[in-house]
Amino acid sequence: MAVKLDSSSRVSMSNRDRANKWSANKPFKYLCAACCALVLALMVGLFVKLIANSTLSMRKLGLGFLTSAEWDPVMGKFGALSSIYGTLVSTAIALIIAVPMSIVIALFLVELAPKRLSSFFGTSIELLAAIPSIIYGMWGLFIFGPFMAEYIEPFLHRYFGFLPIFQGTPMPVGMLTAGVILALMVLPFTSSVMRDVLLMVPPVLKESAYGLGATTWEVTKDVSIRYGIRGIVGAVFLGLGRAIGETMAVTFVIGNEHKISASLFAPANSIASTLANEFTEADTSLYLSALVELGLILFLITAIFQAVAQTWLRYVVRGGRP
Amino acid sequence: MAEIRCARRPTVSARRSIRGRKAINGIVTITAGSAALLGLVMLLWILYVVLRKGLAAINWSFFTSLPSPPGEAGGGIVNALVGTLIITAVATAMGVPVGMLAGTYLAEFGREGRFADLVRFVNNILIGAPSIVVGVFVYTLLVVPMGGFSGIAGAVALAIIMLPVVTRTTEDMLKLVPDSLRESALALGAPEYKMITQVAFRAAKGGLITGVMLAVARVSGETAPLLFTTLNSPYWSLALDKPMANLTVTIFNYAMSPYSDWQEKAWGASLLITTAVLALNLTARFLARERRPR
Repeated sequence: MAVKLDSSSRVSMSNRDRANKWSANKPFKYLCAACCALVLALMVGLFVKLIANSTLSMRKLGLGFLTSAEWDPVMGKFGALSSIYGTLVSTAIALIIAVPMSIVIALFLVELAPKRLSSFFGTSIELLAAIPSIIYGMWGLFIFGPFMAEYIEPFLHRYFGFLPIFQGTPMPVGMLTAGVILALMVLPFTSSVMRDVLLMVPPVLKESAYGLGATTWEVTKDVSIRYGIRGIVGAVFLGLGRAIGETMAVTFVIGNEHKISASLFAPANSIASTLANEFTEADTSLYLSALVELGLILFLITAIFQAVAQTWLRYVVRGGRP
Repeated sequence: MAEIRCARRPTVSARRSIRGRKAINGIVTITAGSAALLGLVMLLWILYVVLRKGLAAINWSFFTSLPSPPGEAGGGIVNALVGTLIITAVATAMGVPVGMLAGTYLAEFGREGRFADLVRFVNNILIGAPSIVVGVFVYTLLVVPMGGFSGIAGAVALAIIMLPVVTRTTEDMLKLVPDSLRESALALGAPEYKMITQVAFRAAKGGLITGVMLAVARVSGETAPLLFTTLNSPYWSLALDKPMANLTVTIFNYAMSPYSDWQEKAWGASLLITTAVLALNLTARFLARERRPR
């Protein structure tokens, strides 16, 4: 009786499964494929919507939008140049600080620190990446900005004041403060990629250099970095993409002025900070359309950087070293 | 001049004296150590400030009462707390299933092929898309047609940010499942969908949970995509089709205001967000570490 029941149930199971093979396999696959299609649709939708909603400003302002720095919503004048300039300069400051620093941090984590210390430092630095950007903004506005104006900027002014970028009055909010905070936010990403790059170097290469009597730094500089240079370039691209679109932290500390100043101490703005500050205030359709066009420009810049970085990294993996 | 020339020719270092080389090595070691230390100090500095200023603002009424006008004592942010939980939950409910299924396709059905490659490429671009651009997109997609700001628009914006992240982690985690497991399931006669849902998903469970937690952690601290989708509200608001109070936009508005008691509340809200995000991250990390030895 029991055996009979058992076998009959088993048969029915396999019958069901056989039936399911035809009934549920394909729908499941198509469902998954549809979700993938949604990812593509999202990308297309982003472009279509942003372009459709900025046609007014494209038609009215034309290329002048990109070359004028004059931004006066009351007079209906919109020029994106100062926002674009601010985005590029703050990103450049961030990378100038973050890239060399992340190389030495990666060097410390991989080659110098004892294993325990290394994993502790590694986790701490990665946690820096998890802190929401608005917290960086709060800290920057109330704590770090005043610190910059009190100590760092006067120091730069005194010793490097002959450079136009370090002239003018030190101020808590401005391009330099924004750039330094961006550097801090990019640092975890670039250093963790650089760490992976250094870890990928085959030990035998390093050992042979050590065997010839090279110091740790010489091995890093002449063997590891040369071996992993392409990965390092990829890391720089990733950091770039990250810094360019960062909104909240920058909005808090950049000063939000539509002006291009030679001095890095002066308040400035970026595409993202302009959007964050003015989007809900846009009272005319041209104003709104100009802001959407700014968003489109930002999206184009990041999409291009991402695409280049990806193609680059893929090229590295495929055509890379053994 | 001579120094510059030396620095520009790295490969001649062997010609330098051993003492000079050791000195440079020492300098680099110290620089590297202090750079790592600087990163740690910055983290501790931020955490210390958030903790000290945040704790000063937190009391019982902070969690239980509605915001009060500036200058008036008391008041809390209970509406923003609940709003953030609702928006994040709705976003998770929309973004995670779609992202997991898309990742499943990439890992199980589309290991090769043009469609999967294209999806991977586009997905990575979407991961890098600035969150404020997603906000602008959702504004044109939902806020304009619906005629106003709403909680659901913010949830959709967060879901759009989550989707590519979940897709990528799901694919990565499923790819870690050994093929022998899949083959054994198929050999026993299990249809493909059963093999995926009952064998591959189970084997990758820990990683999938970790991935979802990290995605939730990431969006729960997002501000930019909510600024002009959900906006903010000083009132008790549970309706998804109306502007909704939320923690991050509250922080932004309060911090930028000239009132010191509002700024204090902004610190309190910052402490809540930071604690939640770091706790999610550390738990996810812990789960990932537990899983690794197997």
